[in-house]
Amino acid sequence: MSLDDWALALHVLSAFALVAGIVCFWMITVAARRADTPEATLRLGPVARIAGAAVGIGMVGTIVLGIWLAFSFGGYDIWDPWIVAAIVLWFIGGGLGRRADQAAKPAVRKALELQSAGRTGPDPELAALNTASTGMVVQALTTLVVLLILIDMIWKPGA
Amino acid sequence: MSVVAAVRPDSWNFPLFLHVLGAMILVGGLLAAGGVLAAARGDARLLRLGYWSLLLVSLPGWILMRIGAQWIFSKEGWDDVPDDAVPTWLGIGFATADIGGLILLVSLVVGGVGIYRLREGKGSGLLRATLVLSLVLLAAYIVAAWAMAGKPS
Repeated sequence: MSLDDWALALHVLSAFALVAGIVCFWMITVAARRADTPEATLRLGPVARIAGAAVGIGMVGTIVLGIWLAFSFGGYDIWDPWIVAAIVLWFIGGGLGRRADQAAKPAVRKALELQSAGRTGPDPELAALNTASTGMVVQALTTLVVLLILIDMIWKPGA
Repeated sequence: MSVVAAVRPDSWNFPLFLHVLGAMILVGGLLAAGGVLAAARGDARLLRLGYWSLLLVSLPGWILMRIGAQWIFSKEGWDDVPDDAVPTWLGIGFATADIGGLILLVSLVVGGVGIYRLREGKGSGLLRATLVLSLVLLAAYIVAAWAMAGKPS
């Protein structure tokens, strides 16, 4: 395998990590909607850390190796419309991902606050934070953007 | 260079899209199932969630990936090529997809029995077996994705 083949394989694996992380975040979102106690909310923490690591590896790997391939592979240039579109979508996806992360934080903060106060039972405010639709909408938009990147990568409009 | 990186006939794009999307959903479901089952520590709600992620995410992902694989295999004309001329990366992909599919089915059956036993209050041992199988499958599909993308000969 050449260096470009390795870069491409790792670029694709990074995309897999990104999508896997997003799927994990969907599972967390679904599970959190039924969580009304601090323990049930915080129990999802380790899964969120795995998902966050997968998304982080995926975001960095796709952009770094993608740009490498755009310069290294003879058939393509960085200003090709489909590559420009992918980079723009990557930045939009990154921004939306950060918004989704911020939307999840109030519920975690509330759960930690309740736990440190020794209140372990169901809490209506925590339940409301866990069922807030903002995070879900932003996550749906992030998923849509990633899907558009995949479509762009396969169809390569303008190539 | 890989089929993902190359400009290919338009008629290949949709089958390839289905194949790649299915594989990504499959891997995502396995990571979610593995993560949730590992974090559950006996919590029945999370154990069920981990199992459902295998059943409702990984299994549909596998079906989509496998249908897309057969479709693109046929579109690229590999079914007209003698078996001994089929490249290694394709062999790795098919072996992992099919053997992995069987292991996924076994893990779903084992996990299903585990969920039933959990409801009866008989412990979560079988769901730990499902966790191990999910992690084995996750590792195998990562190798398969590397082989399909990098195409080592």
